Amino acid sequence: MKNNKYEKDEFVLYVVPTYSCLIKPQVDRAMSAKTLYDKLWEAHLVRTDEDGTGLLYIDRHLVHEVTSPQAFEGLRMAGRMPWRTGAVIATPDHNVPTTDRAAGIVDPIARVQVETLDRNCQEFGITEFGMNDVRQGVVHVVGPEQGLILPGMSVVCGDSHTSTHGALGALAFGIGTSEVEHVLATQCLIQKKSKSMRISIDGELGPGVTAKDVVLAIIGEIGTAGGTGYVIEFAGAVIRALSMEGRMTVCNMTIEAGARAGIVAVDDTTIEYVRGKPHAPRGEQWQAAEVAWRQLHSDEGARFDREIHIDGASIAPQVTWGTSPEMVVSVLDRVPDPAVEPDPVRAEGMRRALDYMGLQAGTPINEIPVDLVFIGSCTNGRIEDLRAAAAIARGRRVAKTLVQALVVPGSGLVKEQAEREGLDRIFIDAGFEWRAPGCSMCLAMNADQLQPGQRCASTSNRNFEGRQGKEGRTHLVGPAMAAAAAIAGHFVDVRDF
Amino acid sequence: MEKFVKFDGVVAPLDRSNVDTDAIIPKQFLKSIKRSGFGPNLFDEWRYLDQGQPDQDCSGRPLNPSFVLNDPRYRSATILLARENFGCGSSREHAPWALADYGFKVIIAPSFADIFFNNCFKNGILPIVLDTKKVDLLFVEASRNEALVLSVDLDAQQLTTPVGDLIPFDVDPFRRLCLLQGLDDIGLTLQHAEEIRAFEERRRASAPWVF
Repeated sequence: MKNNKYEKDEFVLYVVPTYSCLIKPQVDRAMSAKTLYDKLWEAHLVRTDEDGTGLLYIDRHLVHEVTSPQAFEGLRMAGRMPWRTGAVIATPDHNVPTTDRAAGIVDPIARVQVETLDRNCQEFGITEFGMNDVRQGVVHVVGPEQGLILPGMSVVCGDSHTSTHGALGALAFGIGTSEVEHVLATQCLIQKKSKSMRISIDGELGPGVTAKDVVLAIIGEIGTAGGTGYVIEFAGAVIRALSMEGRMTVCNMTIEAGARAGIVAVDDTTIEYVRGKPHAPRGEQWQAAEVAWRQLHSDEGARFDREIHIDGASIAPQVTWGTSPEMVVSVLDRVPDPAVEPDPVRAEGMRRALDYMGLQAGTPINEIPVDLVFIGSCTNGRIEDLRAAAAIARGRRVAKTLVQALVVPGSGLVKEQAEREGLDRIFIDAGFEWRAPGCSMCLAMNADQLQPGQRCASTSNRNFEGRQGKEGRTHLVGPAMAAAAAIAGHFVDVRDF
Repeated sequence: MEKFVKFDGVVAPLDRSNVDTDAIIPKQFLKSIKRSGFGPNLFDEWRYLDQGQPDQDCSGRPLNPSFVLNDPRYRSATILLARENFGCGSSREHAPWALADYGFKVIIAPSFADIFFNNCFKNGILPIVLDTKKVDLLFVEASRNEALVLSVDLDAQQLTTPVGDLIPFDVDPFRRLCLLQGLDDIGLTLQHAEEIRAFEERRRASAPWVF
């Protein structure tokens, strides 16, 4: 074959074996020191094929209405039954209205999808927290809240934000509908082992800086494809100091960094969070479980394929300016200029994003006005998120220029708790709308949507084009930053409030 | 699943990085409880000038003339050429369902998001990772006046250009086999049902709180 231009400039990399591992002490350390991911992987490995493909046993399977109907239909067509119905928990979240629940679902297509979930759960004997059950909510808020996610579990769901549950020291990842059917039928998932990355956030966060800012800063650092092919362990003093809910926020957005799973080692915070949850073990079983869970950390000397260190003190409140979560800067910065970006593909992406977002390069972030504010989602719809937002809203009023400010609790139980604490009154008095739980404007499958050109400060996880409504413009922020933007009518450094 | 056979296909160049699954199939179409019929709404917000609704007849909708799939050169495309991190975001399998329903059999990119990459294989789509230089060259060739036609041979793991240049690619051996033979992996896994049951009993004994 002549002059094949696709073969030019090819470099073959040879892996040169190093013999340092022959030095005895290092051998012992390398052989015995395991990462948390190694431990979780090995604990669920049913078998490994010759080519390294693993069959992983799945302990917990969360199900919602959008990605499951075709999987149940597939089971039916093949005459198969679920392997272990006790492993499966379902709740409708994407399509449910956040207004008057008693009126049911007006959109006929959405109603059919939610009713299909109800019917499938009844037919196959699966526990479901239905639309009018107080335990209903965003599936990733409901699972940990009920103690249905425990440390050391393998967890899947037909939803990319399943990574949330890694916060409990569980191996949790999102899967497609074919895999949902596969797990329903076999209780297993076919998977190859990923590479391992440890991201350590060292030091201490400044006042007013939250878990959301940490994860947005990580994505800004490594990019939306930075974690592709990896399972990321979050570590360091900042992660240790975060509450479980904060760790869930960080792990939730691991998928926005390209990794299917993020994990945090088990410590006292984890154990105390799980203790007493409705489905957590009790008595002697609790004692045994706690002993086992205390082993769920990376061993001293464990090796990672990639290690990243970020100084916690360097992180300021973050605001995304573009149409990918990696397009993020601090609230003190300005909208970046594509003219100074050396990579032409990236520069073109930035230009397209600025055009879509209706922004000029060089504009100070805190001068960008917002039309709507959305507080909620599997990223920031938990009680601590609502408390943080309410602390800003207390005694203040939403700016007159705002079209709408929504607060959507992550579950019925989060809503009840917030109402016991009087947070609903604070929000309502400030001019926010207090809604029923669901995914809501995070992905805008229900009636909560942006109109073309509207700009939203959102505590959700994705700022993609059209994510919150066709031609809607999304800026991702933490809950206190979102509440502050609602009061000011534009982005503002929450630390000045 | 249908067997993946050798074919020649027109390449459509989609020159954007980080194409997410919300762009591939917007959320309003996810309300369907079926696996089919998503093709007319593939890339809906880029492809049409109006706002698409579920169950709508798309044949009379105004097309966006600047979108690549509306270019007459690429109307019959079965190979999609893309940039970094294709398929990022939501795990929705509706994305590969829409691509397959439209007629795409192969997607070429320098990198793919993990969940989307997996989902492709379950739906008879072959995602091919090539290094950025090769993808750049293909973009140049696919953007000429006459559309680029590539020959795809999964068995031999290579693409062939019209002038006979060969572009080899890697693919996981198990996934290659599943595509070539159109295998149902649930059936394959259930061949190990005894091993799964034995594992389950051991786990029940060592971690009873899981059950």
